[in-house]
Formats: sequence, structure tokens, C-alpha cells
Amino acid sequence: MRFGVVVFPGSNCDQDCFYVVNDVLKQPVRYIWHKDTKLDNFDCIILPGGFSYGDYLRTGAIARFSPIMNSIIDFAQKGGIVIGICNGFQILLESGLLPGAMLRNTTLHFICKYVYIKTENTKTPFTNLCKKNQILKIPIAHNEGNYYTDEAGLKNLDKNRQIAFHYCSADGEVNKEHNPNGALANIAGIINKQGNVLGMMPHPERSSEKELGSEDGLLIFKSIIKWIGNKS
Amino acid sequence: MLEVKIYITLKKTVADPQGLTIKHALESLGYHNLGEVRIGKLISMKVNSRDRKEVGQRIEEMCQKLLANPIIEDYTFQIEEVK
Repeated sequence: MRFGVVVFPGSNCDQDCFYVVNDVLKQPVRYIWHKDTKLDNFDCIILPGGFSYGDYLRTGAIARFSPIMNSIIDFAQKGGIVIGICNGFQILLESGLLPGAMLRNTTLHFICKYVYIKTENTKTPFTNLCKKNQILKIPIAHNEGNYYTDEAGLKNLDKNRQIAFHYCSADGEVNKEHNPNGALANIAGIINKQGNVLGMMPHPERSSEKELGSEDGLLIFKSIIKWIGNKS
Repeated sequence: MLEVKIYITLKKTVADPQGLTIKHALESLGYHNLGEVRIGKLISMKVNSRDRKEVGQRIEEMCQKLLANPIIEDYTFQIEEVK
């Protein structure tokens, strides 16, 4: 089981992701520089959070054309497991690996706080250890997390069970009051149609140790390890 | 030499909270009877060419590939001759 954490200029959650995989979960992990062009022998690629290319033009728009991205798109299209967290999610949207786009938070504020999300699909590589409808406490930290897709796009997400997480209250109510950023239908995370690519705005790597106030994020990393272990 | 001005705006179907906030600020300054206010981006670019048609095609391509996100944004551009 080998994880790769991609480092773009401006990534700032790469070391946290590396630490959780290496130190908390004791799994092999390597950094992948964005200028590399080949991926050798990885089981899971993590696109970490941060401000790749200073968020210039649009979040993720320039990172999407980094040299490594062609190999990552190829890896994903062949069924490789890819998780994009926060800015990583934005890069996945810009690259077309996930449908939709990110808008600025409706409040026009950068929001950094713990939120609750409800697991809507437990049959994915990323959530198979979660219980049905399990509520996870995981922090967000973003300015552009207002997920958008058109009406037909939302119908497709629903129909294909691509919504992985909804923002919700502590007891699992999905409503406007518990939507931190204006995201369409309270969407906090989605998977692609094939189910091997996840994008999520909340940061599981920041909630993987008790000392940090929650270890719910570990469920996501452990689910990936279990999924890949079962496959090989 | 040609100068291209590319205007990128959120699609009409996409809410623009920045535009709305600016409208409220203008109203609080006493500017009334304002319709919808929307904000966008201007990218200006000089291109070393005299072939407007060819430059227009390349700009169109740049907009689709990188400069605008067609899911949420519209774009238009103007090409002018400059010295």
C-alpha cells in the first residue's frame, strides 16, 4: 500500500497528509513534486489542500496544468484511487476528473472551523468503514467551497449516488442553517461515477488524532487502506 | 501589435454575492435606482501579430482551455490595434 502526496507550489497541507499516513497509520508514503511527469507504483494519490499557484485566476485552475497532472488523470481513468482535499478538490474539478465547479463562499469570508458532515454513501473506497449516515466532525478552511453544478448535473450526482458527504448539524440534519459556504444542496464531497476519485472540502488530515479534537478523519484514510488491501 | 481585452463574468444563472454587496454599498452612499450589479475580471494581453482572425481563434482557445471556466463563467473579448 503506497500513498503519494502531490506537492504543488503553494500546497500547505501536504506535510499534514504525509504525517497522518506515515506517522499515525504507519503506511509507506512519498512526496510527488508537481514537475514530475511519471507516477511509479502508487496505490493512492492525495492532492492536498493549500493555495496552489496562489489561487491565481481561479482556485486549482493553474495547478490543473502542472506536468504531473497528465499522469494523475491517466491513473484515475484506469481506476487508481485519488483523493483531493480542499484545494485538491478544486484541482480535481478544474481537471474534469470530478463534475462541477467552486464559487466563492456566499458570505465572502474565509471560513475555518469544525463542521459536521453526513456520510451518504458507504460503498466507496473512502467511506467503507463508516456506518450508514455516520456523522463526522471534520474542519473546513476555505474561501471557495461553494460547490456548484447545473440542475442536470445535480440530478446526475443524485442518480449515480455520487454525493459522498453533506454538511449537516451535530445530529445529522441537512439544512441551510448548517451549510457553511452556500454549497449547492449542502454538498461537502463528491465521487466520480466510477467511484475511485473523491473530492472533499473538509480536511480529514486535520482530524486524525484525539489531540486535535476529532479522529473522524482517520476513517477515510483507513477505509482507503482496507479497500486496497481487499483488492490485492 | 494587437491588444486583446478579455472580460470574464459569472454566468447569469450563477449568483454573484460580490456584486450584490457592492450594490448595497453604493445604495448606502446614496446612489439609488440601481439595477443588478455584477463583478468580473479583465485580462489584457498584447500579441505580436497583425492577423486579427488568427489571434481571435487563439484567444477563443485560451478562454476555453484556461482563462474561463465554462461551467460558471462567460467571456467576451475585443481586439484593438496598438503601437
